[in-house]
Amino acid sequence: MSREAVLLAIRRGLRRGPLPPDQAMALRARLDGHPRHVIPARSRLDRDGQVALFAANVEREFGTVIRVDDAAAVPAAVADWLAAQNLPSAAAIAPHPELRAIPWADRPLLRLREGRAEASDQVAIQHGFAGIAETGTLMLPSAPERPTTLNLLAEAAVVILRAARVVGAYEEAWDLLRAELGAMPRNVMLVTGPSRSADIEQALELGAHGPRRLCVVLVGAG
Amino acid sequence: MQTATSSAFKTNAHAALGDAGLQKALARSGSSFIARRAAAAAALPEFEALRDEARAIKDHTLAHLDFYLEAFADKVEAAGGQVHVCADAAEARAVVLEICRAAGARTVTKGKSMISEELGINDHLEANGITPVETDLGEYILQLRHETPSHIIAPAFHLNREDWEASFRAAHTDLPAERVFRERRDILVEARTKLREKFLAADVGITGANFLIAETGSSVIVTNEGNGDLTQTLPRVHIALSSIEKVVPTLEDCTSLLRVLARSATGQEFSVYTTFSTGARRQGDLDGPEAYHVVIVDNGRSNMLGGEFQPMLRCIRCAACMNHCPVYGAVGGHAYGWVYPGPMGSVLTPALIGVDQAGLLPGASTFCGKCESVCPVRIPLPGLMRHWREREFERHLTPAAQRRNLALWAFVAKRPALYRALTRAGAFGLRLMAGKRGRFRHLPLAGGWTAGRDLPAPEGETFFARYAREQRGRAP
Ligand code: SF4
Repeated sequence: MSREAVLLAIRRGLRRGPLPPDQAMALRARLDGHPRHVIPARSRLDRDGQVALFAANVEREFGTVIRVDDAAAVPAAVADWLAAQNLPSAAAIAPHPELRAIPWADRPLLRLREGRAEASDQVAIQHGFAGIAETGTLMLPSAPERPTTLNLLAEAAVVILRAARVVGAYEEAWDLLRAELGAMPRNVMLVTGPSRSADIEQALELGAHGPRRLCVVLVGAG
Repeated sequence: MQTATSSAFKTNAHAALGDAGLQKALARSGSSFIARRAAAAAALPEFEALRDEARAIKDHTLAHLDFYLEAFADKVEAAGGQVHVCADAAEARAVVLEICRAAGARTVTKGKSMISEELGINDHLEANGITPVETDLGEYILQLRHETPSHIIAPAFHLNREDWEASFRAAHTDLPAERVFRERRDILVEARTKLREKFLAADVGITGANFLIAETGSSVIVTNEGNGDLTQTLPRVHIALSSIEKVVPTLEDCTSLLRVLARSATGQEFSVYTTFSTGARRQGDLDGPEAYHVVIVDNGRSNMLGGEFQPMLRCIRCAACMNHCPVYGAVGGHAYGWVYPGPMGSVLTPALIGVDQAGLLPGASTFCGKCESVCPVRIPLPGLMRHWREREFERHLTPAAQRRNLALWAFVAKRPALYRALTRAGAFGLRLMAGKRGRFRHLPLAGGWTAGRDLPAPEGETFFARYAREQRGRAP
């Protein structure tokens, strides 16, 4: 393999040898400190403002937002939305403790299967790790209790997100992830609206390979 | 690897101008990208500051590229992945084939990747009995049509709806004749259905990478369709193809670049799916690939470091330069004759395949400066094209007639008295020839100009003469 040869060619171009130890140390400190750059002012709001901006941006990107007061109200919100969308009331759901704590039995017609999504699933229910107000973006890191296929395979994706998990900027979501999960998970998806394509005559069409509909259920107050 | 026809740029461009379908597509799509980018930039007051930052982040990384590449590789390996650094296209093709073979792969799904086009991965896999399936909607139809992308983010930029319908009918032979494709939606549904089977059957998924992050050892893809994510999530093996300049230090650095990428490219605030992949499936995971490989190629890029073309390595492949280019807008992407079209291609292609093959591209410019004014990482594209022209001239690659004329002009321009006498005579002569109309419909030696428009005649006085006259008039 050419790793050494390529590194040598790079150094030849830069007209130097390997970095002297003090410089390498400074760069390592930059990696560890991961300094922030300019953060757009639009998300510098109070908690309520950030939650409202998040919801407005999800809708701007063709997603749906349903706000409910507490976990007890989630099953009805999900069941009603599915019915209104003419979607089946069967879904694959993330095996996440927070989702298990929701009283799904109140809506016995909702048939839920815990696990990853399969190609035949019409609806997937995912656990939201964080919401980013700046652009209405969901952060969905993979974990045994948050399988990636739930973000991708179904016709409609429902994400249950506690409003307290909405942050202003991406940087704040990265810090949450570092603080709570430590190492980088295998997969981190930042999702902004339902899937779409503009490949046919550069005109936007929703519903390419990923979900055609995205519904965020925001639980509680910010 | 795609055979370059860049040396035939003039013939290519001529053919493109006469291609009615292409002209229809260019006329339809050109202005929408421009308006969307402008709206997205206007909606973010910090946009210009972010562009400065984006440039600074890329410059910092390039100055320490060896360090960050090694840091990235260490992190990938620590997360259970493998890194393959390759000197050129042949080595990268061999590595990809070897990984596919080791996985016993029969079919391979692919996310959109310009590096894959540059390396010629598809042909190589096919020649070795492995079927690659492009899953980006635009790339999929190009594969059906055996065509190459004409744009770096909208590969089927040159096609019209009729073309989509015709290609689908020809390829999907199970389609009933009465099946309608009246709406774009119908086309999308057909592609989604057909490709679902492919996603599920594939043994290996190959994606590109918009960024590699040294802090975490992650490869990042940015898509709207979700095809890239299905490609890297469902098969047993994920290969991310990349090149050395894609590395950035931290998640924060990547985030700043992402803030300008989608806005410059499609005018979106953020793309639908921005995904960070780090290593293979972890303990207890219910999905994700069992093996994760990152293939990083040099393929000529290290030669650009430390020289006048280094700024080109800042490119984040947003396509704003071609979306705003009058030359691209007139001839489309295929005329450029290789993988990368538009202004970024005119600078990059000569560096990667040689100025002897691609020397005409840096001349395919009106030097209007629009590309530089929209480039999110502020690459001085017109200046870099000028460097190529100078190099081409130094290496005597410029055609003889052009060199003779330039030499003649230089001879005159270096002798001010002679220059003034000749321009005075020329201006006077043209004024006389033009007569009362003051314009030429035809002019010998300027047929290329007068074929499309009239040439206004000089007013009879040269700039120098007028300047001298006005200075005299103003003197105290
Ligand atoms: S040169 Fe600049 S404008 Fe063109 S694709 Fe690269 S980053 Fe975008």
